[in-house]
Amino acid sequence: MNSLKIKIPISKIISIIVLSVLGLMAFIPLYWMVITALKEPTLAMKFPPDILPKQLTLDNFKELFERRMIFRWTLNSIIVAGTVTITQLFLCALAGYSLSKKVFPGAQVFFWIYIASMMIPRQVTIVPLYILVAKFNMINTYYGLILPSIAAPFGVFLMRQFMVTLPDEIISAAKIDGASEWQIFTKVILPISKPALAVLGIFTFVGEWNSFLWPLIVTNTTKMKTLQAGIALLQEEVPMQYSYLMSAATFAAIPMIIVFFAFQKYFLRGVTLGSIK
Amino acid sequence: MTLSKKIWKERWGYLFILPHFIPFLIFFLIPVIWGIYLSLFDYNVFSKTFIGFGNYKEIFSSWLFLKALKNTFFYTFGVVPLWLAKALLVTVLIYPFHKSIRTFYKTIFYIPHVSSTVIIAMIWLWIFNPSFGLLDYFVRFLGIDPLVWLGNKATAMPSLILMQVIMGGGSTIVLLSAAMSSIPEYYFEAAKLEGANSWNIFYRITLPLLKPAILYVLVMGTVANFQTFSNIYIMTQGGPEFSTITVAYLVYETAFKNYNLGLASSISVVMFLILSGLAIIQFRWLGKNVEYY
Repeated sequence: MNSLKIKIPISKIISIIVLSVLGLMAFIPLYWMVITALKEPTLAMKFPPDILPKQLTLDNFKELFERRMIFRWTLNSIIVAGTVTITQLFLCALAGYSLSKKVFPGAQVFFWIYIASMMIPRQVTIVPLYILVAKFNMINTYYGLILPSIAAPFGVFLMRQFMVTLPDEIISAAKIDGASEWQIFTKVILPISKPALAVLGIFTFVGEWNSFLWPLIVTNTTKMKTLQAGIALLQEEVPMQYSYLMSAATFAAIPMIIVFFAFQKYFLRGVTLGSIK
Repeated sequence: MTLSKKIWKERWGYLFILPHFIPFLIFFLIPVIWGIYLSLFDYNVFSKTFIGFGNYKEIFSSWLFLKALKNTFFYTFGVVPLWLAKALLVTVLIYPFHKSIRTFYKTIFYIPHVSSTVIIAMIWLWIFNPSFGLLDYFVRFLGIDPLVWLGNKATAMPSLILMQVIMGGGSTIVLLSAAMSSIPEYYFEAAKLEGANSWNIFYRITLPLLKPAILYVLVMGTVANFQTFSNIYIMTQGGPEFSTITVAYLVYETAFKNYNLGLASSISVVMFLILSGLAIIQFRWLGKNVEYY
């Protein structure tokens, strides 16, 4: 019998316990959101609360879906996050390529402007940005929601950092083969930049989906709200209906949790890309 | 070769950067400069008058701004060290385990990060509920009297810090783990052979070698937490008795509730200056002997 015993050092057991407690603390709130969403409103307000309820219901979601607005908000979020992501990928790849592989008068100036502006928190620009967007008559429009996010500098820096590591030979080889500048970019540079593009795309999409302050400010009708601004509106309207609110929160959170699990390795790798260096 | 000829020859460089640079100029750089300009005006719905540094004089003599500043510092310096400590602890603890276990824990800690602040704030508003909340249930379990977490000016801000520390740190853990995996393993083995204990290994090897990564997460964490807005908007609106009002929330209130756009701009500028100052201090403090690559 003794030979079957696997020796696990006590320090490892303690480690696992500490890690699990900390992990549970971060995980329980999300569990509580889903469970509250699946409870009858009256049972949700029971104290002491049922941690593992026997009865579950989808009524809260039914009520949520009957208010069609939630679908409109979701559509708005998809339109905004989708457009911003695709445009950012394209523009940042172009600009990153220019900054990493092109030598032209002023290239250094562009680079330093981008670097310096990454230190500027976006909140600082929020008031003048609002006035600017108002002057363009873009308040409460998709343009107003989308354009300021397209201008974000971080992606350019990320793509530049990746493309700097690509060997110059592949570009000169393509040139010798008679490829045009445009062809070099689309046929050579873009395909080998896929790993960086995937990271930038995923982080941009999740960031846009979750962004709150700008959609809150730039929209002023219920119809134009994004999902985050929309559920915040529900929170203001019915602050005490917790099971209903949690069903809305669950509905808004699940797409990103699916995206996370689908692209998990990019998330865990992507955090390190574009940092420190 | 003249400059214009040179520019023409290298035109592709410009053609490739301008599609991003033009929107960046309009929607980012111009607002930054314009914000500084606006901060010199008394600017509201009715009028726009140049008042020089009047707004700055006003905010620094306003108790509400000073209160917001104090709250923001309290929040930032409450959250950032605790969350860094948590991330370091998790990073060191998961390091000896098999890759699959490491990935499992990293995943667990990262999940809250893909949920928005709005969602997390809504959940915690429910958890903090003084009559039916989950937290009071756990606290009673431990034999502590239930608290009106967010309704009391003494506990409101610490409650928000608690929430942020519990939910946060996921990306920091992933980043520090990556930095730690890049430390050659024989450093640790050699230290062990020399008879160094775990604390010595952590303090003399792990910590110094993680310094660049720690510096990075410290600066980013400070910048992010200093701008806390969504939690405040959803959970407390700055109350009770302004005990949770932050600078970012004050900017929002001043600009979009009171339509005092000049004053709001000057608060933004001050916020930016403080953040730059903090970043410089952190670089000076930790940046010695750090190699950038």
